[in-house]
Amino acid sequence: MSDPRAEHGLESRLARLESIVERLEREDLELLEALSLFEEGIAHVREARAVLERTRLRVERLVIELNGAVSLEPQAE
Amino acid sequence: MSGSLDLFAAAEAERQTRRPDSRGGEPEPRTTYSVSGLNRLVRELLDASLPPLWVAGEVANWKRSPRGHCYFTLRDAQAQVRCVLFAKEARQLPTEPAEGMRVRAFGAVTLYESRGDYQLVVRELEARDSGGLWRLAFERLRQKLEAEGLLAPERKRPLPLGPRRVGVVTSPVGAALQDVLRVVEQRAPWTTVVVSPARVQGEGAELEIAAALDALGRHGRVDVVIVGRGGGSVEDLWAFNREEVARAIARCPVPVVSAVGHEVDVTIADLVADQRAATPSAAAERVVPDGEAVGRRVRSAAARLEGALGHRLAHRRRELMGALDGLSRCMTRRLEARFNRLARATDKLEALSPLAALRRGYAVAQDETGRVLRRADDFRRSSRFRLRVLDGRVECRVEDVVETEERGGSRDE
Repeated sequence: MSDPRAEHGLESRLARLESIVERLEREDLELLEALSLFEEGIAHVREARAVLERTRLRVERLVIELNGAVSLEPQAE
Repeated sequence: MSGSLDLFAAAEAERQTRRPDSRGGEPEPRTTYSVSGLNRLVRELLDASLPPLWVAGEVANWKRSPRGHCYFTLRDAQAQVRCVLFAKEARQLPTEPAEGMRVRAFGAVTLYESRGDYQLVVRELEARDSGGLWRLAFERLRQKLEAEGLLAPERKRPLPLGPRRVGVVTSPVGAALQDVLRVVEQRAPWTTVVVSPARVQGEGAELEIAAALDALGRHGRVDVVIVGRGGGSVEDLWAFNREEVARAIARCPVPVVSAVGHEVDVTIADLVADQRAATPSAAAERVVPDGEAVGRRVRSAAARLEGALGHRLAHRRRELMGALDGLSRCMTRRLEARFNRLARATDKLEALSPLAALRRGYAVAQDETGRVLRRADDFRRSSRFRLRVLDGRVECRVEDVVETEERGGSRDE
């Protein structure tokens, strides 16, 4: 089982959530397995909602120094 | 040798006889020019008397020197003229013209003194056919990249769904960047946009774009890249038709969406990119998901999740209940004897248990760790203790401790 709190892309999180829902709906699972899938699914729902509620775009700027060093700087809005 | 001497003599004679006419009959001392002097004189005459002009013709024998100067011939059916395009101007050409290409050249007529040839020093060169040199350069590069397989459909990578970090290579001050940021913020504001700035037009722009792409691919930790600019003329967009940009797109480790704002003409960047969008806004729409749609998916999945488990639990509960009923019907009698034995054992255990003593009215004092406090001295160590009585606990505070002479407790230890 994958850790629902890991840094998933939103899409892979949604895909995992939907496959959990399908398994729960379709397969005849052991109760314990069903419960742990349910818990994982709920965690994905919670994390996905948290992502969706983030409303401020973050902008970073890649800066190439004269000596070739590259750094990422957050850009002030 | 004597033949050539005779020729010189003849020419000298002719010059002498014509001399009076050349300066309106004014007498003039006989002048003998060196060859260099003559050529300088002719060059000065040409330079002074002919302003720069346009000449139309076909290109032949194009040659580029190691220093980048280009030498060629312009000709029509009857005549030809030598031309030179110096390196500085040659760099402005999108590509070298093909042999026989119909062009117009703008330049000054002058004399190449060391050879005595007259030539056109070209400052501008343009093809007369539609698209001209731009078209030709495009086709040449397209064919080259195609031969290497860089345009093959199977090289196209799918865009990541719901990227966390989106890279943008464009001018930091252009409208293209603002368009991308606006669309991403509207649709998927949880995304991080990483800007890798580059000049997108002017000399050297192709190198800046390529470097910005490379840096973004190596250090930006992005899932997908948008490279582009707002619209512009063919010349403005030219950096996106350069080989440097094409190769940087091809070697980018993540999928690239080109967004050169020009619907009509396809650029080389468009052909190499994994996807082509007509404008920077369209590219952003293609790259990030629509937050509304994602929200609907989450809500729907959550509802189904709860429904599925509720259904499953109800089903299991019925199963469990049925099983328990059966169990009690079948097993009660067989279990009865064991229940009885268990009851008897419990009675005995209870008689031995400290609970029995408690029932008779004794209490046990314990400190907060559960240690039994047996002696008066034990109560000096902490002001609080706990009394365990038959049906519960009493939290107590020590008011005073008085020791008696009895040391009876030591027997227990």
